[in-house]
Amino acid sequence: MNRWETDPILAVEHLTMRFGGLVAISDLSFAVGRGDITAIIGPNGAGKTTVFNCVTGFYKPTEGRIALALDKLDASALDRLTAAGTRNSADRKLFLLDRMPDFEIARDAKVARTFQNIRLFGGMTVLENLFVAQHNKLMLASNYTIGGLVGLTRYRTGMRAAFDRARYWLDHIGLSERADDPAADLPYGAQRRLEIARAMCTEPKLLCLDEPAAGLNPRESAELNKLLRFIRDEHDISVLLIEHDMGVVMEISDHIVVLDYGEKISDGPAGFVRTDPKVIAAYLGVEEEEMEATGQGASA
Amino acid sequence: MANATEESAIDSGPVGAEIKDERRRQALAGEPPFKPEPTHGDRFAAALKDAVIGGLIALALAGPMIGLRTETAVGGLTLSEHWLPVAVAVAAVFVGRLILNLFVWVSWDRRTDAEKLVGKYFAGKDWVVAVIIVGIAIWFWYNNNLSIVMILVAIGIIVGLALRSRYNIKPLQRLTGGRPLGVYASSWKWPALVVAIILAIVMPFLPFANRYWMDQAIVVLTYCMLGWGLNVVVGLAGLLDLGYVAFYAVGAYSFALLATNFDLGFWVCLPMAGMLAAGWGLILGFPVLRLRGDYLAIVTLAFGEMVRIVIINWYSLTNGPDGVSGIPRPTLFGIPFERGEGSFSEIFGIPYEPIQRIIYLYYIILVLALVTNFITLRLRRLPVGRAWEALREDEIACRSLGINTTNTKLTAFAVGAMFGGFAGSFFATRQGFISPESFTAIESFIILAVVVLGGLGSQLGIVIAVIFLNTAFEVLRELQEYRMLIVGLAMVMIMVWRPRGLISTRMPSITLKRSAKAVRGELVGEGSG
Repeated sequence: MNRWETDPILAVEHLTMRFGGLVAISDLSFAVGRGDITAIIGPNGAGKTTVFNCVTGFYKPTEGRIALALDKLDASALDRLTAAGTRNSADRKLFLLDRMPDFEIARDAKVARTFQNIRLFGGMTVLENLFVAQHNKLMLASNYTIGGLVGLTRYRTGMRAAFDRARYWLDHIGLSERADDPAADLPYGAQRRLEIARAMCTEPKLLCLDEPAAGLNPRESAELNKLLRFIRDEHDISVLLIEHDMGVVMEISDHIVVLDYGEKISDGPAGFVRTDPKVIAAYLGVEEEEMEATGQGASA
Repeated sequence: MANATEESAIDSGPVGAEIKDERRRQALAGEPPFKPEPTHGDRFAAALKDAVIGGLIALALAGPMIGLRTETAVGGLTLSEHWLPVAVAVAAVFVGRLILNLFVWVSWDRRTDAEKLVGKYFAGKDWVVAVIIVGIAIWFWYNNNLSIVMILVAIGIIVGLALRSRYNIKPLQRLTGGRPLGVYASSWKWPALVVAIILAIVMPFLPFANRYWMDQAIVVLTYCMLGWGLNVVVGLAGLLDLGYVAFYAVGAYSFALLATNFDLGFWVCLPMAGMLAAGWGLILGFPVLRLRGDYLAIVTLAFGEMVRIVIINWYSLTNGPDGVSGIPRPTLFGIPFERGEGSFSEIFGIPYEPIQRIIYLYYIILVLALVTNFITLRLRRLPVGRAWEALREDEIACRSLGINTTNTKLTAFAVGAMFGGFAGSFFATRQGFISPESFTAIESFIILAVVVLGGLGSQLGIVIAVIFLNTAFEVLRELQEYRMLIVGLAMVMIMVWRPRGLISTRMPSITLKRSAKAVRGELVGEGSG
C-alpha cells in the first residue's frame, strides 16, 4: 500500500472547477500522502495551477470536497463534518478547505504556498519578508499590537523566537549575508529559495510549490532539490508541487499525479508514471519508441 | 544523473530570465551610469559653465522674488527694489555650485593631487557648508529679510538631500564620533531630531515669535499631524484615500457637539473624538475595502463629500451651514487662558496677554503631533505595521501567509482616522467655531499632496512637504487664486524631479546587521488599493 492511500494529509475528491463555460478541472480525485513529496505534472493548460488555487483557497471550487487532516484522516468524521456544514472539526485537526477563505487555510489548516511568478515583498528586506510570514504568531505575542506598543516581555520573547526562526531559514537557503538587502535585489534563484523559506516560516504542514524550478539553472535546480529533501526529512512536512522540470520531478517525488485537460490520466510512483502509455501520449502525442528515448533524456 | 552534473559544470552562468535580471543589477550596481567625465582642463570649463547657468537661474528666480517688493505707502502701493540680496543670492549659487562642481561632484580618481588633499580635508565635513548657510541665514534674519532666509533654508535642504541621496554623506556624523546611535537610524538622525525638538519647545520664547509666527507654527504642526495620520493609510498600507477630511470633520464635530451639548472639557472630549473618528473609519472601511485602486479612491472621495453634505443638512444636530460656535477653549487643568478671576495670568502672577493662549495651543498640537509621530513610527516596527507594508507590496502574498487582509486594512483605516479625529478636535478648539466649509475636498487633496510630495511612508518627508507648501501659500498670499496655480506647478516640477516624493527611500523595520542601508525608492511598492 502507498502512503497516500493509507495516511493522506490532503484528500481531493471529485473536484470540478468551471470558469463560465470553460471546465478547467473536471471530477478530479487524488490524495497527498503525509510526509511525501507529491508532484502534479501535465502539459500547459492542464489545470495544475487551478488545482493549487482551489487547495489554497484562492479559487472556490465549483464542486467537490478538499479535506486536510492534521491527524490521521477519519472517513466517518469527515462525512459528519461535511454534513454538519462547518469548516473544521472541534479539535481543529480536520479541515474542509473548499469552505475556507484563503488566509484561514494558511493560518489554521497550515497550508503554505509559493507562486509561479514569484510574489515576494520586493521593497522589504529579506529578513522582513521572513518576519511578515510569522505575522499571526507575532500578533499574538504583541497582544494584538497593544502589548507590543508598550513593549511587554511577551512581545520581546516572541520577537526573539521569530528572529531565531528567520536566522535558521536564512542559513539553510544561504542568504544570511544578504538578510538586510531588499528582496527585489536578489538574483532569481535566491528569490525562489527565499519564497520557499518565507512559506516555511509560517510553520506549515503542507507546503504547495508552484513550479519552484522554473527559470533556474542546473546548479540552482540541484540546490533546490537538496532544500526540498531537507524540508521533507527534517521538518515533518508534506510537499505538493507543480513542476515542468522532469529532472526535479523524477528525482525527488514519491508520488506523481498527471493531469491533462483538467482530468487525471495517471497516478502513482515515479517509475509507474514514467512508463504509463497515457502519460506518454499526453506529453508527446507520438509513438512509444520515440518517447522512450526522450523520456530517459528528460529523467536523467 | 550523470548528465545533470555534466550540464551544471558546463553551464553555470545565468540562464533564462536570470540574464535580464543580472543585466539590470549590473547597470544599477555602484554609481549611476554617468557620462565619462572630462579631463582636468575641460572640467574647469564645464564646472564654470554649469555654475554660470545656475547663477542665471538664481538671478531669474531671485530677481522678481527678492529684488522687487510691493510696499504700502501713503497714497497706495509702491515698488521697492532690493538688489543687494539678489546679488548675494546669485553669488551664493554661483560660487556654491562652482565649488561643488570642482571639489565635490567629481569622482576620486579624476582629481588632481592638490584636489585630493582638499577633498580629504573636507570629507565628511559638509556640516561646514551647513554652518555657513545657517550663518548667512541668521545674518539676513537680523536684517529682516525673511524671504531670503526661507530661500536659504530651502537651498540648504535641497543641497543636503541631493548630497545625501547621491553620495550617502552623513552630516553631523562627527558630532557622534561616528558611532551609530540606533539600529534603525543612521547616525545623524538622532542628534538632528533632538535639536529639532528642543527648537520646537523653545520656539514660543524666541524673539521673532509673534502671533503670526505662532499661528503659522500651529498650522504647520496640524498638517504634519494630518499628514502622518494619512501616511498610515496611503504610505504604509498603500490604500489611496481621497476622503481623509471626513475623519477630520468627524473629529471636529464630535468634539464641538460633545463640548457644547454636554459641557465636557477638551481633555475629556479629545479621546472620545478620536475614537468616534476611528469608529467611522471602520464603518467606512468595511464596505469600501473590497474595492481596489481607482475605485477605492473614488469611493473614499465620495465618502468625504457625503460626510460634509450630511453635516450641512442635518440641521437639528449640527446646526447645518451655520456651524457650531462657542466651542470651549482648552484649559490647563481647569485654569482658563483669559482675562480676570482665576485665570492663568492671575494665578501665575503675570500680566495677561492674548498670546499666552496661542502658546498653550501650540504646545498642545506639538505634543499631539509628536505622539502621532511616535506611535506611527512604533506601529511600523510592530507586526501590524509590517503587515501594512506587506499589504502595499503584495496583497495576494499576504493572504497566502495567513494574514487577514481585510482586518489589516481596517486597522490602518481606523488608526489613520483616529489621528485625523484628534487633529479635528484640536482644530475645533483652536477656532472656537466650525462650519462645513472647513472640510471641503480641497483639504483632503492638500493632505494627500503633503503625503505624496514628502514621499510615501516617510515621516520626515511630510514635515518638509508641509513646510514647503505652507511657505509657498504664505509667500504667494498676495497672488490670491493664482497661488494655487503656482504651487501646483511647483509640485508638478518636484514630482518630475523626484517622482516618488522628496524622501523616497525606506528604512527596514528590522535589521540583522547594524550597517543595514535604506531600501531604494524604486523598489518600494506603491500599493494598488
